[in-house]
Amino acid sequence: MTNVTPTVDNGVNVEALVGAREALTEMPAAAQFTWRATCNWVNGTHSQTSINGFFGLGEEQSRETTFTIDADHPEVFASEDKGATPVELVLTGLASCLTAGVASVAQYRGIQLRSVKAILEGEMDLQGILGIESDARNGFDAIRVTFEIDADASEEDLKALVAQSQKRSAVFDIITNPTNVFVEVK
Amino acid sequence: MKKTTTVIIGAGQAGLAMSRCLTRRSIDHVVLERGEVANSWRTERWDSLRLLTPNWQSRLPDYTYEGDDPDGYMNMAEVVRFLDRYAQVTAAPVQAKTRVLNVTPVDDGRSGYQVVTDQGTWRCRTLVIATGACNIASVPRIAGNLTGHVQSLTPMQYRNPGQLEEGGVLVVGASATGVQLAKEIHESGRPVTLAVGEHVRAPRTYRGRDIKWWMDAAGILDLSWREVDDIGRARNVPSLQLVGSAERATLDLNALGDLGVRLAGRLAGIHEGKAQFSGSLGNVCALADLKMNRLLESIDQWAAEAGFDDVPDVSPTPIRFDATRVPERPDLGLDLKDNIRTVLWATGYRPDYSWLNVPVLDRRGRLRHDAGVVDAPGMYVLGLPFLRRRKSSLIDGAGDDARDLSDHLAGYLSDWRMAA
Repeated sequence: MTNVTPTVDNGVNVEALVGAREALTEMPAAAQFTWRATCNWVNGTHSQTSINGFFGLGEEQSRETTFTIDADHPEVFASEDKGATPVELVLTGLASCLTAGVASVAQYRGIQLRSVKAILEGEMDLQGILGIESDARNGFDAIRVTFEIDADASEEDLKALVAQSQKRSAVFDIITNPTNVFVEVK
Repeated sequence: MKKTTTVIIGAGQAGLAMSRCLTRRSIDHVVLERGEVANSWRTERWDSLRLLTPNWQSRLPDYTYEGDDPDGYMNMAEVVRFLDRYAQVTAAPVQAKTRVLNVTPVDDGRSGYQVVTDQGTWRCRTLVIATGACNIASVPRIAGNLTGHVQSLTPMQYRNPGQLEEGGVLVVGASATGVQLAKEIHESGRPVTLAVGEHVRAPRTYRGRDIKWWMDAAGILDLSWREVDDIGRARNVPSLQLVGSAERATLDLNALGDLGVRLAGRLAGIHEGKAQFSGSLGNVCALADLKMNRLLESIDQWAAEAGFDDVPDVSPTPIRFDATRVPERPDLGLDLKDNIRTVLWATGYRPDYSWLNVPVLDRRGRLRHDAGVVDAPGMYVLGLPFLRRRKSSLIDGAGDDARDLSDHLAGYLSDWRMAA
């Protein structure tokens, strides 16, 4: 299935990804990563998270840029709307992960992309968070993702692309499967 | 100590096919068998099981099915008779009721191997492992979280629905084993929930012929390990969702859904008496539908090229099946205490090499081998999935693999004689 046509360029370095896969197969310890985020409360429901270092390939890694992400709640929640809501950032994580996957798999399969748009909707019953209805969960009841893709490929090939992207997606796994979360106070 | 040139461990289809190939070359050998010929088929399968391949496809070196039902599927008693007769007509030197306890290398294998059994010790120059791919039922670690009243069972222990308590059953895994057991247990009046991970969907018959006929005729089953990009992945592909039955019925998730089996996502956890299912059911079904359509497309293409669009018993036009019907909101959790009496782990099988004291296992306990040539002098393995070709784990694949590997083995012996 290696079908890398040199004319296809989605800006993904497939050779490097395949190389990394081979290297990490030989050295499973190097495949152990820890991702980090540090969040500071600003005011009200507004907080700011900064992201830089992570651990991987057997050592501490750092970036030249520290990314910052503001999160808040909209005015209908009596908040100041200084940033996207945390649940929208969860949708962002899923969207970006699936979209990156689509680009990578497309490159690997020799499919030239012209545009990819993912539209996400997360359905939520607020009676959960507000403690009105104990049967309603806090989180999403369902998440719906719609991809609009313009590319040189059949409808079947595009469906396969999106399916494979979900199969290999970290955030799709995080959202669809339970994860132990340990929170402590120091 | 008894001496022979080659010890074959296991008298199933693979061991017997290798024995036949070695006999043809006059290579002195013995086949050590812990029980009787076809022991796993005799003792480790559920009552209703039939082969997934039609009778005509049971072909071994110098031996083939000659009964009057070429399109039927053998039950276990018939498989045992079939292999018993093969051992007889080939005069295979089987030493039954001989369990191998320990294999150690002599001079790192360069001088052969010592094979300790409960019936004495053998010394051999070359060794063929034909003990099969399904010695141990693989059960995920989360099975350990099951509590109290729920009975936990593997397909190795399961024989028929009658041995299960009345009440709900959670079948984990939707490959051939899982879908077959889900059907018969549900039909016994025990409501089944089926946890579905990645699976391979296939119709039993396509355009009037058995899917295995098409896969054989179109060369799909003969695909060589050399032609596959990622052989590690190919060797892990689960079995096709198939059943051998008189009706030649398709047993996919739509058929199970119509019977009333509840479909859930992959079992992701067991926590405080609750089963947790993945929210990925839609995607694993989409992947399986797409993959099935690619298989059917390659069959259609081959059929057109080979002139099969114009054969009386073959439907002239391609057929596409309904997409898998996934519940609108699949269950993400199931309270085991109220709903489930038995969990059946149809989560795959793995080989047992606990008797093999030769450093040839990788960190996951798998044999290190190159298409059956094990990473130790003069050692071979047969009967593993996609060992040398897609059909390697089928009865029909044992012959070609045994022919190839007996070539290699004979070459190894003659090199060694030249050096000596």
